[in-house]
Amino acid sequence: MKKELKTELERIAYNCRKATLLIEKKQEVKLTMREKLELKLHLAGCSICRIYEKQSVLINLMMQKLFKEERKEIRLDSSYKLDLQKRINDQMIGNQ
Amino acid sequence: MMHNSINDDHTVNETGHHLLEPRLWVERHADFLYTYASARLNDDEQCRDLVQDTFLAALQKVESFRGDASERTWLTAILKYKVIDVYRKRSGAFAAKDEYGTADDEIEFFDPDNHHWKREHWPAVFGVEDKDPLQNKEFLATLQQCLKRLPPLWMSVFSLKHLDDEGTEMICQQMKISPANFWVIIHRAKVNLRSCLQKNWI
Repeated sequence: MKKELKTELERIAYNCRKATLLIEKKQEVKLTMREKLELKLHLAGCSICRIYEKQSVLINLMMQKLFKEERKEIRLDSSYKLDLQKRINDQMIGNQ
Repeated sequence: MMHNSINDDHTVNETGHHLLEPRLWVERHADFLYTYASARLNDDEQCRDLVQDTFLAALQKVESFRGDASERTWLTAILKYKVIDVYRKRSGAFAAKDEYGTADDEIEFFDPDNHHWKREHWPAVFGVEDKDPLQNKEFLATLQQCLKRLPPLWMSVFSLKHLDDEGTEMICQQMKISPANFWVIIHRAKVNLRSCLQKNWI
């Protein structure tokens, strides 16, 4: 039989789903006092969510790295470009 | 007499206002816009079309260009809304199993009764933590592969948040989701990505 979680504190302490959601929120917005307390309490007793938190922060840093620093410009082929500029020029004449 | 200062990628007039020069658009901005689109959508053909659509749409509204921002900034803003249109269409066409855009075969990482991690999904250390993972090219490439597998709504929200640094409000409005759903989506996308990274790396 599953263990019944009696007190509210117990429910928080065992709720990894909520703790990981708060970990995501915390990186973006200020948590409420209550949320802060809940998360602190949970992380104190849950080493798995502590690993999650570290990796979640790391993934955000990796996203920055991937898309802001590492991004090299991809080039379109020149025949496509010639054609595209011609289309723009034609349309400009048409608009006049 | 007009004194325009012409640079590689923009032209500014004597009062410091930017000017539009459609005859130089492709030369100046096509590669930049294509790269921008490619980072957000994994479809070369579609990205090419979007670049063209952006230029043609821009021609239709040159009147609305006030010259406060550069030509490139203005064109990028037009392209951005076209990318968001694609996001909306892809998410709309996707057969999700709930209002959060979850895929049918999405893994349940938490026990539905006590909300603890299921044993088989426990996060474990990647083993790259000590060796500056941000410099690890293969590790970054693995994350990129994992990103591509996210359901379209999650990928869209995640991209807008991380690539464009868009605020929650704008993302919710554009993708038609509530703020509460926004956090559920960010959470599920991250839990999923983290797990994918662990599975494909360790």
